[in-house]
Amino acid sequence: MTVINLDHLSSNPLLPEVKEAMIGAIRADLHNPSSQHKAGEAAAAYLDKARESVAALIHATPKEVVFTSGGTESVNHAVKGAAMANAAKGKHIVTTNIEHNAVIRSLRRLKSQGFTMTSLSVDNYGRVNPDDVANAITDQTILVSIMHSNNETGTIQPIEQIGRITRAKKVLFHTDAVDSVGVVPIDVEALGVDLMSFASNPMYGPTGVGGLYVRRGANVWPLLDGGIQENSKRAGTENLIGIIGMGVAAEAAQRDMAKRIAHLNGLKNRLLANLPAHIDEYIVNTDPEHSLPHVVSLSVQYIEGESVMLMLDDEGLAVSTRSACATGSLRASHVLLSIGLNHADAQGTLVIAFGIDNTPAHVDTFLAALQKTVKTLRDISPLYKKRAEG
Amino acid sequence: MMYSKTVMDHFRNPRNVGVIDNADGVGEVGNPLCGDIMTIYLKIDEERIADIKFQTFGCGSAIAVSSMLTEIAMGKTIAEAKQITNKDVAEALEGLPKNKLHCSNLGADALQMAIKDYEDRKAGKPRDASAEKVPHEHSHGDKCYCPYCDVELSEGADFCEACQHDLKDDH
Repeated sequence: MTVINLDHLSSNPLLPEVKEAMIGAIRADLHNPSSQHKAGEAAAAYLDKARESVAALIHATPKEVVFTSGGTESVNHAVKGAAMANAAKGKHIVTTNIEHNAVIRSLRRLKSQGFTMTSLSVDNYGRVNPDDVANAITDQTILVSIMHSNNETGTIQPIEQIGRITRAKKVLFHTDAVDSVGVVPIDVEALGVDLMSFASNPMYGPTGVGGLYVRRGANVWPLLDGGIQENSKRAGTENLIGIIGMGVAAEAAQRDMAKRIAHLNGLKNRLLANLPAHIDEYIVNTDPEHSLPHVVSLSVQYIEGESVMLMLDDEGLAVSTRSACATGSLRASHVLLSIGLNHADAQGTLVIAFGIDNTPAHVDTFLAALQKTVKTLRDISPLYKKRAEG
Repeated sequence: MMYSKTVMDHFRNPRNVGVIDNADGVGEVGNPLCGDIMTIYLKIDEERIADIKFQTFGCGSAIAVSSMLTEIAMGKTIAEAKQITNKDVAEALEGLPKNKLHCSNLGADALQMAIKDYEDRKAGKPRDASAEKVPHEHSHGDKCYCPYCDVELSEGADFCEACQHDLKDDH
């Protein structure tokens, strides 16, 4: 059975041109870019080119781009590195209640080292109020870490407004932009960020590669100590084949972004417009105005998400659920509770993430399958029965 | 796939789904905080389970557990049915993922509650509504696992050192 991938936040296929470039790099037996002989210099030229492409995508200078093993490493580097480098100035960090676990657990480690946090609440779509950020910053604050877009709701934060605040108060600002970079236009100057985490796969490059934007002069410790690679910011011989793939993916993202956004918005609008004709009693958690073009977070009431996901899987549709039951934990998603969902509604949450390989027909197939699945599960749901009985 | 073939079969084709009107016993366990809610309906004829049906809000495992439980209990005498445990159901399903044992393996608890409801009614006791609100006790041996990373925990631990998760009341 061919699978229709509506779970592009979990994985994107590689672009054909990315595959070509990576296969070419494998065949070329590239040397170590740090070596000073001709073979090393040839490899370094590939590395430089990829760095320029990635820097252009986010409007940074190439020197401000540090290649990493992916979004998780970038976030750990930014958060822990900024905290360690600036601990003498203060030990207070401002964040939100809806960050990715990479941020949450990095902060938890820091907590055990004497750092304190102020974690801000968000509205029903998951947006933080910039005034709350301004009010949370004290003379002890050394870092503000707020994600660009959320991986469970697709909602985009007012990063530009927050960036103006952190600049005025001279506090380092990190944004986890893993699901945004390569998807929507990103300009680090306009955003006013000092640190920005991103990854290759959301822009149809390989997994296991990512980047950290470090503004020139930003005081951040490396996460990995060793050699002088990446301008001494990240030791270890570069994953050159992956980085070459990411460079090509970044070029394609910049070239095709407007076209992709129009396509993805079309699919998203088709889904939202036709949803009421297929199911009732659901909640859309994605901000209608400020959100990623490809993501819809949907809480279907009276049923549980893992069951929905498994039934849709049988119909050849891959979607993601944020039900506690499907994540290995028994607890509802901290993001969904933070935006005000009750536990039962959080349990019925699906995340649909379109990709450039999806078509309008995929949306229609999904809607038909969802209608059938929701009916089947509501028919056996004691919550639905109770609701019917008032 | 994390589930056995038997689990997937019962999830895809659940047996004995539905409601019994004028049931002789009803048992409900779980709450949305835990993730799953199961309701078991019994029709009793001469101290034997003549019919059993279920409704479940929950994951694939929870639906499969309910379905398997009804298959095991159907036709049993009350005395026999009282011996059915959550472990029996999990074994009949060829095992459940470890973290799912906490939340979704509630079938036998719902059955025992339905049997108690039947016996209370027979004895003329008024239905005890508060009984339905008793929190579910996990009974799968003495061991406790972190729901986030599956590392074995000491009973009552409120923090998992291995994965840094707060666990207050979670396991």
